[in-house]
Amino acid sequence: MTAPPIEIKDLHKYFGELEVLRGISTTIQTGEVVCLLGPSGSGKSTLLRCVNLLEQPTSGTILIEGEDITDEDADVDGLRTRIGMVFQQFNLFPHLTVLRNLRIAQRKVLGRDTAEATRIAEEMLARVGLSDKVNEHPSRLSGGQQQRVAIARALCMNPDMMLFDEPTSALDPELIGEVLDVMRELADDGMTMLVVTHEMGFALQVADRVIFMDGGVIVEEGPPNEVLRNPQHERTKRFLRAIEIED
Amino acid sequence: MASEVVLRRRRIQRIRRGAMYGIGIAVVVGFVLFADWETIRRNFFNTEIARDMLPEVLTVAARNTIIYTALAFALGLVLALVLALMKLSSIAPYRWFATSYIELFRGLPALITIILVGFGFGIAFDWKIPGGTLGKGSIGLGLVAGAYMAETIRAGIQAVPKGQMEAARSLGMSPSTAMTYIILPQAFRIIIPPLTNEMVLLIKDTSLLFVLGTTPASKELTKFARDFMAQNQNATPLTVVAIVYLIITLPLTYLVRRLERKTEAEKR
Ligand SMILES: Nc1ncnc2c1ncn2[C@@H]1O[C@H](COP(=O)(O)OP(=O)(O)OP(=O)(O)O)[C@@H](O)[C@H]1O
Ligand SMILES: [Mg+2]
Repeated sequence: MTAPPIEIKDLHKYFGELEVLRGISTTIQTGEVVCLLGPSGSGKSTLLRCVNLLEQPTSGTILIEGEDITDEDADVDGLRTRIGMVFQQFNLFPHLTVLRNLRIAQRKVLGRDTAEATRIAEEMLARVGLSDKVNEHPSRLSGGQQQRVAIARALCMNPDMMLFDEPTSALDPELIGEVLDVMRELADDGMTMLVVTHEMGFALQVADRVIFMDGGVIVEEGPPNEVLRNPQHERTKRFLRAIEIED
Repeated sequence: MASEVVLRRRRIQRIRRGAMYGIGIAVVVGFVLFADWETIRRNFFNTEIARDMLPEVLTVAARNTIIYTALAFALGLVLALVLALMKLSSIAPYRWFATSYIELFRGLPALITIILVGFGFGIAFDWKIPGGTLGKGSIGLGLVAGAYMAETIRAGIQAVPKGQMEAARSLGMSPSTAMTYIILPQAFRIIIPPLTNEMVLLIKDTSLLFVLGTTPASKELTKFARDFMAQNQNATPLTVVAIVYLIITLPLTYLVRRLERKTEAEKR
């Protein structure tokens, strides 16, 4: 049996005196789509960023495909090529065209030659429906298109799993759908995904499991239908009510 | 009511501006009427002396000024990049070294550094920096320029949004790969205008190299003018090299302004 893509055991993270993650444990299985929700400041981004070591965990262990990444000798760069990350602000490289955005890490990290990197870049662009933007500069794309390029860029590394940190929060409402569609297709293709999002529709339809976090702990988790429609904890109920009112 | 106040304020403003023009014109007219034009012409705009300076003022002096500047700038840039990266390093001693270097060389008069490089080492270690004025002068100026440009480059690197480094690292790039292909290209776009300004300052600072006692072949513009002045007991050489300096620096300052306006426009 192969090890699960992500296994988190008793993870703690401090920023100075502030304990942001207070003992998180969960396992994400191959092909599973997990949505992470919780109020602002509950530690969702920090948890996600610990998984690819953009933040250094203070204590606890994270196993990626069975490999302990909190170990000092862990190959951090190699690990990161196996974990795609999509940011709220897209973070495309503004000085490079779309094609070069998609090629640069393939060339410099995976050592692919230009022809192969170009071929894979074009394939991934087609997957997110942006083949016609290959030579565009990021600044000339809409937010939705930029985010789809960012997803394609991550896919070019052939990651085994993907992390999304509020991928649609910076988008105008009419552009959210196109990004969620791409994510839904990824999920259908069997990608393992950990998604911080407040898109309830997406969570209900696509997620296999929902984790609700508050104050640096997992308050409750389970199938989306149960957690979102019939929450057991007062904090979850309050949060979901607040979100409904917002919508 | 309110509009009356505005009207009165406008009238006062107009009178004040009129007075300014009046004073200005009076000064110019007074200068034109009472200046000793013949003496000025003979001492500052003597065409014969100016003609004597050709072609050496261009083929030797201006050329040397440009070469000293280019070498010092190249050295300064490399040094500055290293210092900036050291200053941003997570290794504390690197940061201390960079900070000390930058503060030291920015705190000293450039002339002191030039003299130190030019003569200090020779006296102390009985070893001279090779390359004559070219070697000593460029190194001296480059050491100083590096300190100033380091701060510019550091600021440029820090002006690149944090998300860029995070995106690069999350794709598996090492810190140096991310710096080389993602951060520095963006930083350099930001800092090309201030770096060009540094180059203009450097061009002017090459005039300090006269202390190195230049030979006829290695004179830069200022030294060249001073020697010519001394020979002819006339100030025209100063006017000539002033014009040459401006011919070199003005296009650069113009370029800086254009680049700055372009980056401003891109930001919007
Ligand atoms: N680099 C940091 N230094 C200090 N404190 C931090 C840092 N990053 C996050 N924090 C703090 O950690 C807490 C959790 O932040 P985090 O970004 O993980 O929350 P979040 O659940 O993602 O919130 P949001 O929904 O607003 O994105 C917050 O109180 C935040 O201020
Ligand atoms: Mg967040």
